[in-house]
Amino acid sequence: MKSISTLALATAVSSLALTAAADTKIGMITTLSGGGAGLGVDVRDGFMLALEQAGRDDVEVVIEDDQRKPESAVQIADRMIQSEKVDIMTGIIWSNLAMAVVPAATAQGVFYLSPNAGPSALAGARCHPNYFNVAWQNDNLHEAAGAYANDAALKNSYILAPNYPAGKDALTGYKRMYSGELAGETYTKLGQTDYAAEIAQIRASGADSVYFFLPGGMGISFLKQYADSGVDLPVVGPAFSFDQGILQAVGGAALGIKNTSQWNKDLDNTANTAFVAAFQQKYERLPSLYASQGYDTANLILSALDKADVSDADAFRDALREADFASVRGDFAFGQNQHPVQNIYVREVIQEGDVFTNKIIATGLENHADAYAADCKM
Amino acid sequence: MSLILVLEQILNGLQFGVMLFLMAAGLTLVFGVMGLINLAHGALYMVGAFAAAIVASWTGSFVLALAASLMAAATAGALMEILVIRKLYDRDHLDQVLATFALILVFSEGTRWVFGSFPLFLDVPPYLSGPVTLPGGIEYPLYRLAIIAIGLVIALGLFWLISRTRIGVQIRAGEADREMIAALGVDISRLYTLVFALGAALAGLAGALVGAIQSVQVGMGEPVLILAFVVIVIGGIGSIKGALVGALLVGLTDRLGSIFLPQIFALVMEPSSATTAGASVASMLIYILMALILLLRPSGLYGRSA
Repeated sequence: MKSISTLALATAVSSLALTAAADTKIGMITTLSGGGAGLGVDVRDGFMLALEQAGRDDVEVVIEDDQRKPESAVQIADRMIQSEKVDIMTGIIWSNLAMAVVPAATAQGVFYLSPNAGPSALAGARCHPNYFNVAWQNDNLHEAAGAYANDAALKNSYILAPNYPAGKDALTGYKRMYSGELAGETYTKLGQTDYAAEIAQIRASGADSVYFFLPGGMGISFLKQYADSGVDLPVVGPAFSFDQGILQAVGGAALGIKNTSQWNKDLDNTANTAFVAAFQQKYERLPSLYASQGYDTANLILSALDKADVSDADAFRDALREADFASVRGDFAFGQNQHPVQNIYVREVIQEGDVFTNKIIATGLENHADAYAADCKM
Repeated sequence: MSLILVLEQILNGLQFGVMLFLMAAGLTLVFGVMGLINLAHGALYMVGAFAAAIVASWTGSFVLALAASLMAAATAGALMEILVIRKLYDRDHLDQVLATFALILVFSEGTRWVFGSFPLFLDVPPYLSGPVTLPGGIEYPLYRLAIIAIGLVIALGLFWLISRTRIGVQIRAGEADREMIAALGVDISRLYTLVFALGAALAGLAGALVGAIQSVQVGMGEPVLILAFVVIVIGGIGSIKGALVGALLVGLTDRLGSIFLPQIFALVMEPSSATTAGASVASMLIYILMALILLLRPSGLYGRSA
């Protein structure tokens, strides 16, 4: 299950090799098996694509599978920090795993750059100088969805999310911006696959719309069952329920649904156009937002390594804070708690030939920072 | 809270129950007849779903997809029995658990190797899609009604097979006394393979039926496997009748609990913590049910006392 990728072979011997600095070792813990594997595979593939394009011979990546289990993530992290002596860690998809790994890792002096999970606890009072989130704070996409619901004049939403940290952040985020009434609020089991009970409650609740956060296979199940139930209320969701990896499995049931994302393949900037083309060429599928986050994380690390050696922690941290890289999202900057300040867009699910995908239809929130930054004393 | 919602949840509970029955029936037969704990039963569920998704995408026919799920899972089950399981009958349960756990890993990673990590598409056929209006104004998905019907027909078929046919007599005799029926000239290893393949086929069918409304992906079988074990422990190990009653009990408890508990909690707590606490207790409910039943009847509802 362990693969070590050394990029030394990728580059031809050059004068650089003679002056190569000490190797930087990156430990990636991500979900590569089980129900959430599609997300981890995309983050990994995006990350490795960026490293390959950079063609550097001084960065080594150790990748391991956490199987979406907090206990295995903790074990792997301990091993990576203590025996493999990694300098930087990244890769975790799920917030409950991030909460188990990140505080311990940063306390031991390792840098952690999150390509996905952004639990509220780590954005506020428990922020850490060695913790950077390159994706979003968990609430962000849901806040944009709440704002969109106001614009779309939705007044009585039924909201549901899985019962784990990111699920609670999701509904908190939606409610922060949404100004209508709630017809109901439900927490489902993480990994639940049958939503008949929830759909029956939605039908009985008198709601005028449904907001749901169900990443990966959970979202596929919900959408198929919802489409088959005859409840035809409008649905809004975050990009996690409509990402490129699951849309093909959902099929026509998702067409026309509005969802919110910090990235889409049609964002018009040079870095993004090049990324989408290169990803498609290498992996023969369209990239998802997870892939874009992995790609940005790797490029951020590379941009900081160009300026400072990772062994000089203060200089490396300052270099990371500058975020001096060409993000596929266009402009990218960190807020004071080292979480992104960025635009969040409203997308619509469309069909291009045989392929279901998204297109951007509006900007939901501009230069949006998270609500917890003020609690972060750094 | 309306009566319609309650009735709809009862239907959901029945549908979930018959699905669990298809899984639990194979598991309980294999344990009853061969004394084997088969953790890899969930892998057969996955095999059925993948076979259905592939055949459906080739042919566009849902009936052929279901047939393929039965065939593929029965074949995989028979091969599993002949190549691996057969060597485990005389070993203790720990060896069986280890070996069948290894089979889970082999099937999961093998499937990932062939089909990748992304979920496959399998949809409800057009003639079964959409809701129907039942007497009393309940709108209910036709496909879920079809699942209930298929499950009940299979349950009847199994009862007939066990109680009225020669194979059934051999199965029951095998449960009662293995050495004796071997001595009477029944080809015991053929019987074992047959029972195993039958259980596998039912699991595969369950996977295909559920795959059309959920996601067909690697690892889909394991959560269902845990519930199937709860069902056979509640029903009594080895009893088909117990598996049916246990499955319906678990299905109804789970579905009714998940909507009514948060509302009951809301009577005494503030709404936001009631939804969280209610959801947490609802997910424990079937295990509480199992503990209570074991307290009153240690060998399950229809189990023979040890």
